[in-house]
Order: sequence, then C-alpha cells, then structure tokens
Amino acid sequence: MAQLFVDPAKVGRARDLAGRIADQVQARIDRHTTVSIERTALRLFGVAGTGSTGAPVANLVVDRLQQANVLGKGAVYWLGRALKDGGSDPVKAVERLLGQPGALSPLSMAEERALRDQMRREARAAAGELKRRVRERNAFKAGLQVGAFEGAPLRYVIVATGNIFDDIDQARAAAEQGADVVAVIRSTAQSLLDYVPQGATTEGFGGTFATQENFRLMREALDETSRRLGRYVHLTNYSSGLCMPEIAYMGAAERLDMLLNDAMYGILFRDINLWRTLCDQYFSRRICAYADITINTGEDNYITTADADEAAHTVVASQLINEAFAHRAGMKDERIGFGHSFEIDPDREDTLLRELALAMMVRELHPKSPVKYMPPTKHKNGDIFFAHVYDAMADLVAITTGQGIQLLGMMTEALHTPFLQDRHAALKSASYVYRAARHLGSDLTFKPEGIVARRQREVFDRALALLEETARDGMVAAIGRARFGDVARTETGGKGLSGVVQRADDYFNPFLEILEGRED
Amino acid sequence: MNLIRPYGDRRDDGLVQLAFTLPVPAGAKAKEAASQLVKKMGFKSVLVASMEPAGERFSVFVCYGRGDFALDFDRVEAPEVKHPKHGFDALNARIAERLGRPIVVVGACIGSDAHTTGIDAIFNMKGYAGDYGLERYPWFRAVNLGAQVEPAVLVAKAKELNADAILVSQIVTQRDIHKENVRALIEILKGEDLWGKAILVFGGPRIDHKQALDLGFDAGFGPGTRPSDVANYVYYRLCEKLGLPEE
Repeated sequence: MAQLFVDPAKVGRARDLAGRIADQVQARIDRHTTVSIERTALRLFGVAGTGSTGAPVANLVVDRLQQANVLGKGAVYWLGRALKDGGSDPVKAVERLLGQPGALSPLSMAEERALRDQMRREARAAAGELKRRVRERNAFKAGLQVGAFEGAPLRYVIVATGNIFDDIDQARAAAEQGADVVAVIRSTAQSLLDYVPQGATTEGFGGTFATQENFRLMREALDETSRRLGRYVHLTNYSSGLCMPEIAYMGAAERLDMLLNDAMYGILFRDINLWRTLCDQYFSRRICAYADITINTGEDNYITTADADEAAHTVVASQLINEAFAHRAGMKDERIGFGHSFEIDPDREDTLLRELALAMMVRELHPKSPVKYMPPTKHKNGDIFFAHVYDAMADLVAITTGQGIQLLGMMTEALHTPFLQDRHAALKSASYVYRAARHLGSDLTFKPEGIVARRQREVFDRALALLEETARDGMVAAIGRARFGDVARTETGGKGLSGVVQRADDYFNPFLEILEGRED
Repeated sequence: MNLIRPYGDRRDDGLVQLAFTLPVPAGAKAKEAASQLVKKMGFKSVLVASMEPAGERFSVFVCYGRGDFALDFDRVEAPEVKHPKHGFDALNARIAERLGRPIVVVGACIGSDAHTTGIDAIFNMKGYAGDYGLERYPWFRAVNLGAQVEPAVLVAKAKELNADAILVSQIVTQRDIHKENVRALIEILKGEDLWGKAILVFGGPRIDHKQALDLGFDAGFGPGTRPSDVANYVYYRLCEKLGLPEE
C-alpha cells in the first residue's frame, strides 16, 4: 500500500486552492470558442474529407466563417442555415449563404427555433452513434483480461516508426509480448498544425501523423490481437497541440482508450497560446468524459526540463490544477491518469527512497485515478546496459506503489526510436519485476519520521505554497513567472491566438450542449 | 605499430557481442539463420547465446562471434575538441579580463524537431548533471529560442544580437532529417556577414565532432556534454578567431 504522510487538512486546502485557480479561468473559457472546437462540431455533423486544395472541409468552412466575422455564433448554426436551402456541399453552401444580401440578418423567431431544433436532433443522433461505439468497446473489453494481474500497472509502450503499417506490425508484436497499452507517436511537427491530416500515412519524423484513418487501422489490428490473446490491448494517441478537440473527437469515434491531454502542456512546451489551450482542453475533455477515454496529463515533462528533485512540488501542484480543470469538464477521477516520472539524477544517493516518496504521494493524492508513471529519460546517454538496470528500478517503484499505467523505459532512449528488441527487453523485465515484487507494497511500511515521510511533507509544503501564490495572483501570472516547467509564457504570446473567438450571446453548439448535459 | 582487437576475456581473443532481431518466428531454422548471418558479418566461432520469441513473427538474438580483424591504433585519427577547461568562476573571470564583454550565444533546436531537452540542458540556468547552464554565466549572454525554430529565424536572431556563437541542437535524426536541417542553415548563413565570424556548434545524441566538421560546423558535441564543455569551447574558439594570444 502506498503511504501518505501529509496532513489531510493541507491536502484539503490544496484542493480548494486548485479549484479557485481553475474557476478564475473557467469563466473566460465559457465565453469563448476556438476554430478547433468549431471544426469538431462540424465533424460531428459529418463534415469530413478534403477540398480541392487538400485542406480539410471543416477548416475551409470555419476559416470562411471567421473571415466573415460570424464564427462567434457557432459554425453549426451557419451550417444549418446554409444547408436549409438544399445542397450537400458545405463549403459551397456556406459560400452561397455568405454571398447573399442580408444573409447575416437574423431569421424570424419561428424559423430560428425550427433551425436550432433540427440541428439539435441531428446532433443527438450523431452523439448517440458515438456513444454506441463507446459502449461496444466497453462491452468488448469487459469480456477480456485487462493487465498482467489485478493491481499490476498497465504496461505501456510506444511505437514510432513513422509509417502506420510498420507501426501496426510493431504494435502487434508488442501486444504479443505483454504490452497492455500501445501509444502511436505522432510526427514531430503535428502539434503545431492547425488542421488534422487525412487518410493513412506512411511518413513523418519520430512518428507518423495522427489521422482518423490511422486510428481506425490501428484499433482494428489491436481488436484482432486482443481477441486472439484474450487480453485487451489499449490504444493511445495525443490530444495536444492546436487540434486537441478534433483529435479527441476522432479518438472517440475510433474507440481510442487513452489520450495525452493536459491543461498546460501545450502552453509551456509547445508555445501554444494560453487561452487557445485552455479553451481547447475544456472541450476536448468534455469529449473524453463522454467517450470514456482516459486522459494522461503531462507533468512528467516538468522534471525532464527542470531538476527532478528540485521541481517535484511543481508536479504535485500542477496535478491538482489539472484535476480541477478535468472535474470542470465533467471528467471522473477514474479517467484521469496523472503523469509523473522516475527522473532523479542517478548519481545521487537515496534516489530510490525519494522516488518512492513522490510515487506514493501521487498515488495516494489521487486514489481513484489510474496514475501514469513515466520512465527515466533525461539521464540516459546511450549506455544501454546501465539504462536497462535504471529502468528496472522504475519498474520496482511502479509495482510497489501501485501505479495504474507505466510507460516502460527503453534502454536505447536518447539513441533512436525503439527497436522491436528494445520493447522486448523492457516488457520481459517489467513482467519479471511485477511478478517478483507483486506484494512488496502491501508488506512494506515506512517510518513516520523517515526519509520518505520527511520528503513527502517537504514537497507537499512547497506545492501548497505554489498553489497559494497561483491562487492569489492567478494562473496567467504564475505561468508568466515560469512557475511550471521553468518556462515563462504570456497570454498574448504563442501560436493559435487568432483562433480564439468570443462567443456571441446566441452562440449555438448543440454538441457542447449534449456534452455539458444541457440538452432537453 | 600497435595492433588492437576486441578484448573479451583475454588480450586479442577478438570476441564481440551482438544483439539483433529477425523477422521470423523463433525456432531451429531461425537460430541457424542468425548463426549464418553472424558468420556472414565475418565472425568465426559463432555462438547464438539466446533466441527469444518477440511476438509470433519475430525473434530476438544475442550472439557472440570471434573476429580476426585488427587495427593499427597508431594510425587512427579522430579530431577532438582540445583546450584547457575552467570551472564556472574561473571561466567568467577570464572572459571579463580578456574579452571585457559578455560572449553572445544564440541557440535553437531547428526544423520540425520538437525536442528541447538538448538545447535546454546547455542553456537553462539549472544546467545538466549539476553543471550550470549558459544562462547562469554572468559573462555569457545566452538566448535560447527553444524548439521547432526555422533556420532562417535562428539566423535572423543571431544577426540581430551580433552573436559570437550559434548553437544548434537536433534530437530527431530519422532518415537523416537533421542533416537536411543543418544544411539549410549553413546555406542561409553563407549569404550573411556572420559566415566565418560566428562560431557554429552542433549538438545532439547522435552527433559527434567529426560529423559536425563534415557538415561545416566548428565543433560537434554528443551525449553527456555538459554546459561547461560548450562554454569553455566557445571561449577558446572565440579567442582564436579574435587572434588573442595563447594564455
């Protein structure tokens, strides 16, 4: 059992502060939409495919509405008006509508109501279809084994060949060797694309593109593998960058199980505009909540840039903020995989106890959540033999502290994307360590005044101080002072600000109404 | 003449350990295939120490082989970055005394590569492995542009600041994308006054000094490089470029 040596009153105080921090910005999130949110709503209405230039139709429609300065009313509203007069090509219909004199003037009350009712009906039907697919996945999973054994972390590995068909071969092989979760890494530049590419892709660097077709192909292969193995193999991708909501929607439609999704990651590590990310994380998490997708937050990244021991408190504080945002997007604790990692400089002493202290604290602060443990990366330098031992130590901490998901370290980290044999070695040793230390955690008790207990209190006190400061000055100010991940950002800087649009008073998004549970 | 061979348990036994994957299911035939492949590499006394099924369609091997190839160590040439190395305070004091102004360094991870790990390890205040980053040095003006920076943007910033050194990091090297990126950078630089003036430094997990020289850089730094290695190098190379006498 993981032990927590922090005063429960302090934990309560920290949660209150995190809630206040989220509330301060949630009001502004609720007054805005983004181009990616609007594109997602259109996609639910079946707006798919690409136009003659290769750009997605959803982008063409939304860009045109933004040019005409009417996007604040909601893209679905305009789609409804444009298609009312017949036709099926949304780009042409919107073009024709915007070209008509008086096109932007309101309809009569009765017409307006009829239009909105019609679009709500269609949204309900489409969302119902989405829900049906999710239920189908859940039923399939319920009939299979999940994980190595009750209480073992899900063994999570990545594939990153840059070609979806090679990725499928490698994912199958990994699953056969015991992988429970396969994450398909995206091409390095995708987070900064303000559109989602189309179709099956066989190129990219450090991974291939996240597309709906790639999701479908990979899930199909893993369904077949899961059936054959009698053990469910989960699929993960990345709902981060400039298209968080669209990726979440495509993930939901293709029955993905997990998505990387963080309230602050894009702001800090991809220099995406702060408001763009905050609005997009909200909508994308609403979709994840609806589609039973487990999100993985990215706090592990804080300690790959900053010193892991020094910055441990930023992980704890940020997780509480991420939790507050996730709750405001309707997510249940069971679907929030808080990220953290085994990353303290191995040249120091007692790092095992210090790692155990943090891993147990994260585990116990979020008892219902499938916390996600990341492997060491920063201090790996190509010595694969040392790296393998180093990874085994992370495996030991993961099983002992009951982590929900463990991304297995690769001995060739810092050299190349994982070879098939690297994944083999990682899976074999993780399975060994899990088996060997299966009940270690439940037999182990730490001294109330020992290194672990003192370390937890010290980290939590610093996390609490950071939350006090952030609640007092606001999240924008804290990010401006590089309080998280050692990176400073401003609210007007970063990519994608032009895609943030104020909602009109009569903003219409029937998909959001369903996700927020507001529809009749 | 100083002939050397791989050293296993005894001088000149020539023993080498190999690990690889074959796209065939494990079995007697796969094991024989692994053994034959290692012989084809030129090894003798081949031992297939382990064959593990890696899924149903792949197998992973660990093999040993004896190579009778040898090399005259005296005839091996490898360029190395050579200069004395000073600690944090000593280096700052030297720059103050001999240059009388801070050294301006601009760095980025260029192209689509989104990894800031390398460039951050060298630049960030906290540095790497207990070694302070360039931003901490009072006698360095260090500007880190982060990741996914277009080569032209890096050059423009270097021009604006009249940089003494440009640091380029590349982590992703799949299908030699890093070479394309740095070639683009070098092409842009060639049209600028900075060419020949600014010190060009290339770093990354799969970069070495020789490769960096071949690509047109002044120096290359591989895995395990500490910020102070780069700081000292830039100082010495700058003194050299400015024609300052040896200390």
